[in-house]
Amino acid sequence: MSTRDRRVRTGLPVLLWVPAAVALALVVLPVVGLVARSDLSSLPARISSPGAVAALGLSLRTAALSTVLCLLLGGPLAVVLARSRVPGVRVLRAVVLLPLVLPPVVGGLALLYLLGRGGLLGSHLPGVRIPYTTAAVVIAQVFVAMPFLVVGLEGALRTAGERYEAVAATLGARPWTVFRRVTVPLVLPALGSGLVLSFARALGEFGATITFAGSLEGVTRTLPLQVYLLAETDVDGAVALSLLLVVVAVAVIAVARPRALRGQR
Amino acid sequence: MRKFVVVAAAALVLAGCGTGSDQGGRALTVFAAASLTESFTALEKEFEAGHPGVDVRLNFAGSSALAQQLANDAAADVFASADTANMEKVEALLAAPAVVFATNKLTIVTPPGNPAKITGLADLGKEGVTTVVCAPQVPCGAASKKAADAAGVTLRPASEEQDVKAVLTKVRAGEADAGLVYVSDAKAAGDGVTAVGFPEADKAVNDYPIAVLKSAPQADLAGEFVALVRGADGQAELARAGFSAP
Repeated sequence: MSTRDRRVRTGLPVLLWVPAAVALALVVLPVVGLVARSDLSSLPARISSPGAVAALGLSLRTAALSTVLCLLLGGPLAVVLARSRVPGVRVLRAVVLLPLVLPPVVGGLALLYLLGRGGLLGSHLPGVRIPYTTAAVVIAQVFVAMPFLVVGLEGALRTAGERYEAVAATLGARPWTVFRRVTVPLVLPALGSGLVLSFARALGEFGATITFAGSLEGVTRTLPLQVYLLAETDVDGAVALSLLLVVVAVAVIAVARPRALRGQR
Repeated sequence: MRKFVVVAAAALVLAGCGTGSDQGGRALTVFAAASLTESFTALEKEFEAGHPGVDVRLNFAGSSALAQQLANDAAADVFASADTANMEKVEALLAAPAVVFATNKLTIVTPPGNPAKITGLADLGKEGVTTVVCAPQVPCGAASKKAADAAGVTLRPASEEQDVKAVLTKVRAGEADAGLVYVSDAKAAGDGVTAVGFPEADKAVNDYPIAVLKSAPQADLAGEFVALVRGADGQAELARAGFSAP
């Protein structure tokens, strides 16, 4: 908003304000509706119920672990996709987008038929059960969240170009040193925003989790699953937990958004 | 002249939208529990055949979701719930007290051929048997708990699913050795699962009530639809789907 006070004012077409206002209302009003529906006096009791505490703890733990895995696996993948000259890398770039486009439920089914008991890989792992475990929750979250990091980071890497890296290399820096001292600092803002988006997506993950990991308190029932279950029976409880998710989401945005914005430039 | 035709056509269209209760084009809206999908779809055809010009619109969903929609002023003529609790939630909206038109009970389902050799409810509490049930908060889960209590068995579920269909999905995929679902659901799954009945199921029978809404736009048709469901044809269709008579 502050940029409006600058010297050159192109002026905003009035026509844009109407759809913009509708768009904003579409984002904000449902949350207002949620707050209006909630019974604030009983909120503390509902949020501190054993089921809710277990779900929140599980959600935060799994989403944090998923974000770390996104960084450790997705980060290198982004570098490879952006810098490698291997034939077919462009196809791979498109493939990485798949979880972004697929409905999460489909992702969950796909994971089930890969890692489940009768699955492609799962049937070769006797004695190892992946579905119904917290590990399954994390796998589902990484599956849906990693593209956010990879796509953002890969775009930033390609925008940044290889000039500085080339210079560093001509000055005698080894590949690992170039990567550590030049490449990583260049894309740090994009990495930050990618991590935040991945964390947020992992925290909100629902479809793949309920399909692949199931729903059991303290083991696989994350906050979104708990909300869904309560919506069947205890609407006030579901509303209270939804508010909790909104608060966590707002906190994530508040912490990360300024940095993420800088990363876009 | 051209203008007149357009106006007349528009007026006709508007009239059609507005009343819709003359001769043809009547719509009867039925809210029904998801487990009634097969049987009510068959009854829809029969009702429409017997009432030319009437279009039956079926809205299938979980009973609690339907009750919630009705409480939020959804327009419907008939409500058929999978349990009495959800019917009671909308008691104030009913034209007359609900009547039970069918019952449903639980059965164990296993992947085809029953690879884990499940013979009764006690097997579902054993170590090494991957069991999937409904969460106790939803009707099928409440019934599962009741049956297990009656059998003196403590279930050790690997997962507590949101609804019966989710339990079926896990069993069909071979990701569970056993699940607890309704007989009607097991029947609908056909060869995808093997059903294993157990005596304690009789301790947790689910009643399916049906009622006409007070605000029903088509009250007379609604009454006739309820009569069809409760009559011989309706009961035969329900029996085919695995339901028992009340």
